[in-house]
Amino acid sequence: MSTRLQKGGRLIDRTRSASFTFNGKRLSGFAGDTLASSLLANDQMLVGRSFKYHRPRGIVASGAEEPNALVNMGEGGRFEPNQRVTTTELFDGLTATSQNHWPSLEFDVGVVNNYAARFLPAGFYYKTFMFPRFAWKHVFEPIVRQSAGLGKVPQGPEVDRYEYAYAFCDLFIVGGGIAGLQAALVAGQAGSRVILVEQTAHWGGRAPVDGDVIDGKPADQWVKDTVQALEKLPNVTLRLRTMASGVYDHGYVLADEKVADHTPGDGRPRHRLWRIRAGKIISAQGAIERPLSFAGNDIPGVMLASAVRDYVVNFAVSPGDRTVVVTNNDDAYRTAIALKEAGLEVPAIIDARTSLTGDLPAKAKAMGIRVEAGRAVVKVKGGKRVTGVSIGLQAGEGAVLEDIACDAVAMSGGWSPVVHLWSHCAGKLVWDEAQAHFRPDPKRPPTNQDGAAMVAIVGAANGNLSAAAALADVAAQLGGSAVTAVEVPEAAMLAVWIMPQGAGPALKMKMWLDYQNDVKVSDVQLAAREGYTSVEHTKRYTTLGMATDQGKLSNINGLAVLAGALNDQIPNVGTTTFRPPYTPVPFGALAGESRGEIFQPLRKSPMHGWHEAHNAYLEPVGLWRRAYCYPRAGENHEQAVNREILNARANVGMLDASTLGKIIVKGPDAGRFLDMLYTNVMSNLGIGKCRYGLMCNEQGFLSDDGVVIRLSEDSWLCHTTTGGADRIHGWMEDWLQCEWWDWKVYTANVTEEYAQIAVAGPNARKVLEKLGGMDVSKETLPFMTFADGTLGGLPVRVHRISFSGELSYEIATPASHGLALWEALIEAGQEFGVMPYGTEAMHIMRAEKGFIMIGDETDGTVIPQDLNLGWAISKKKADYLGKRGQERTHLASPDRWKLAGFETLTGGVIPDGSYIIADGHNANGQRNTQGRVTSTYYSPTLKKGIAMGLIKGGMDRLGDVVEFNTVAGSTVKAKVVDPVFYDKDGEKGNA
Amino acid sequence: MLILECPYCGVKAEETELSPGYEAHLKRFGPGSSPEEFEAYMFARKNPKGVHFERWRHAYGCGKWFLAARCTATLEVFGTYPAQSGEPPADLQAKIKAKRPNWEGYK
Ligand SMILES: [Zn+2]
Repeated sequence: MSTRLQKGGRLIDRTRSASFTFNGKRLSGFAGDTLASSLLANDQMLVGRSFKYHRPRGIVASGAEEPNALVNMGEGGRFEPNQRVTTTELFDGLTATSQNHWPSLEFDVGVVNNYAARFLPAGFYYKTFMFPRFAWKHVFEPIVRQSAGLGKVPQGPEVDRYEYAYAFCDLFIVGGGIAGLQAALVAGQAGSRVILVEQTAHWGGRAPVDGDVIDGKPADQWVKDTVQALEKLPNVTLRLRTMASGVYDHGYVLADEKVADHTPGDGRPRHRLWRIRAGKIISAQGAIERPLSFAGNDIPGVMLASAVRDYVVNFAVSPGDRTVVVTNNDDAYRTAIALKEAGLEVPAIIDARTSLTGDLPAKAKAMGIRVEAGRAVVKVKGGKRVTGVSIGLQAGEGAVLEDIACDAVAMSGGWSPVVHLWSHCAGKLVWDEAQAHFRPDPKRPPTNQDGAAMVAIVGAANGNLSAAAALADVAAQLGGSAVTAVEVPEAAMLAVWIMPQGAGPALKMKMWLDYQNDVKVSDVQLAAREGYTSVEHTKRYTTLGMATDQGKLSNINGLAVLAGALNDQIPNVGTTTFRPPYTPVPFGALAGESRGEIFQPLRKSPMHGWHEAHNAYLEPVGLWRRAYCYPRAGENHEQAVNREILNARANVGMLDASTLGKIIVKGPDAGRFLDMLYTNVMSNLGIGKCRYGLMCNEQGFLSDDGVVIRLSEDSWLCHTTTGGADRIHGWMEDWLQCEWWDWKVYTANVTEEYAQIAVAGPNARKVLEKLGGMDVSKETLPFMTFADGTLGGLPVRVHRISFSGELSYEIATPASHGLALWEALIEAGQEFGVMPYGTEAMHIMRAEKGFIMIGDETDGTVIPQDLNLGWAISKKKADYLGKRGQERTHLASPDRWKLAGFETLTGGVIPDGSYIIADGHNANGQRNTQGRVTSTYYSPTLKKGIAMGLIKGGMDRLGDVVEFNTVAGSTVKAKVVDPVFYDKDGEKGNA
Repeated sequence: MLILECPYCGVKAEETELSPGYEAHLKRFGPGSSPEEFEAYMFARKNPKGVHFERWRHAYGCGKWFLAARCTATLEVFGTYPAQSGEPPADLQAKIKAKRPNWEGYK
């Protein structure tokens, strides 16, 4: 059994206990425990079920690389799935439940998949897609649904908050082991701005566990002294519990700090996402031990040798009473020695090497531990827990020489440097034959904006696995005073990818590579036989390394097996691409404070508060929130919109048009510039006059429209669509700065400087006259003119322009007067029946008038000529933006779809998005089309459905009856009509 | 997340402050140009693996358009310069040539 030892445990505080529950069972641990160490202390070795076969799974590792021990953490608004118990700090009141089992962890129905394993081979998912649809629906989907998925999806809103932090530094150092600490000290003392992050809650990494002696001190003491020295440096920032998630272009780093995962509800943000620009990044992330591939290596109780050592030394937890160590290197002997020193039994060390010459094997033997050279674990015995191992010759095919009883197995297949951050921006790797791992190629680092190395990598992460070698590496790369560690000589390791070497299919089917995704040696070999020779393809076909641990334990073993199956060298097979994040980052951390009210910045017109106070239903228009309609008690939106339209047509309505884009264009060359920008002529517009204009892109497609007014000899004001203001201003600047930079023109986007109110309807003039202050008569202020003045004492510019078709004044006033003017107009309008109207009423009224709307009638493939707007295109101008594009033969084709109006034969409304069908089918078997609807509404004015659309032949088709399709599959018959449905002669707007 | 130094305001601007604007040093072909010229101007944009000249706007800074010489493979930035330039500055061209001897020039 696994249990807590009576003595020791460098990280736990036995005076402070913490109680927690696992699957509802009340358990207890100590402050300083991880959830993993406290589960093991309570003999809870079985913690989950595997993804595909629902095999019993126990804790394998002691850190971020853990593939098995994922749990659901917390409850309610703090529920979070897939939390690794090895990186979860224990706290009083913690609740966790195991995942991927039904009905219980101990008795799981899905384990039947285990016995059906031969029906779920590599490529299972791909192969099932090849079956007919009925097989997928009735056979495979139910199986996959039942067995798929790890944790549950959280329900309900997150109760914690998250935040972003931004930082800049010369050096960003990842990893608080001895290499990272020493690198930070050297650089910090030299005056660099340093940020050092460590993903765990403790500084020092493995050195204290391994009993290293540094500068003549025990590693623990050296780490303590070094951290103290770093804390005294004002230019050094230290962060524990902070995981560097990814390195991006030009020294950009993301790091996730677990601020309050271990103190939930204490008021602090749960995580803090650091967005850092670093001059240079130093990766000192250490190395990760590899499992060995022997049959039954996934049975609970089989653990990494280093993890076993961690649990004993750090937490005084023994994973088993009798632990067999199996290895291909000297380092694992440290585990045997640590176990023995803790008073635990080590029945044997099984070493695949035939000759053992190192100091550590000698020490183990001297302690009386049985050491078997040239031997292999043929298979592990047990179900939910290890009960023993069968051993044989490593060079053999699996003949069992002896059975050894044990309740834990500590395995070591060698160490792989953590090269993730080095690799994120294309740092290259070399294969190190002696240590059988990939390490960074110093000649091919990731580079920054200057073409210089952006990431350096030191210590074990650079393949310098011993403390002495790691510190020598730091000195070589960063300089600083020499720090030395006592070197313990180690003999060469032996690359072992399959144990025993000649194992047959029966054993290989039980050798796990990827524990989380249930990928075995036999799966990778099958993929190779089926022709998947690329490591990237094999990864996707078998799902090797695609689980949430991203193959931290499995990748090297997997590609070594693939190389073996392909009879190729490991470096020729290569690695898969390393991608951020290094370990999973919660969505909450990525979202930060962007949730709820401040999800995104909102733009509000000066009258926004009034709209809200008057029950406006708001709709998003870009970042603006505009009033869609103003429902009254008992009204739905449709009824409100219809009332607003009928009132504007009969009496007078008011629209908040403040969001309309307003750009001032000024200078000696402003007229010339606008003549290039608009399809018609703007330079000859009279001062005080308004003119509607179109803007096209260089391909000739319609981009924006609006009314331009001439303010003075050298200045114009261009109105753009609400959504187009920033884009068009950028477009103007583009041409002025990059093409016509010698033209003397200034532009200014003054959209938010002015509030704008449309007062529209037969009574509009009366409302303005009631307010008084300027002459707004037809004679003084005719249609398509404007004048500056005052209304009710407020400074205004009044435009006689109309988007509704009614007698209309659009009144601009400085933003600070917007609300006052709006309220004054509402009050003055009471006796004339004024009502505010929203954007939907505006849309319908313009459709009744046949006015186009950018984004409805246009989609980036429509030229003005398609919309019968040829009248707004100058024939005289030699050039304007889009003129050459419009001259392309295709755009003059008579086959183009052009604007027309439509009315259904029944008076109903054509569905949005409908196409006009034509005879026959195209090459893909789809019905041919001859047009589509672009705007379609119920017109309360006309009491019937009206629509605009594009149809082949356009207005030449007047009177034709065509058919629009519907989603349901039926069709709607409609007649082609004039798109101007209301006041065809424009008498009302001119009034 | 690139960093490009704005040649107008001197800010080392990060990508979120900038908006991209395709190839630099385009020659505009308007009315009267042949279909081939117009097609080349409009659609046949360079997309090299290596040295590339492109337009960026310091959109959330000073608002100015500028030009940048950049390696599309390594993301090395050779330099930035004002948009009001008929061709890349001579010293920048020399710098690129020194760093990328096989570079065939900006045309
Ligand atoms: Zn700038």
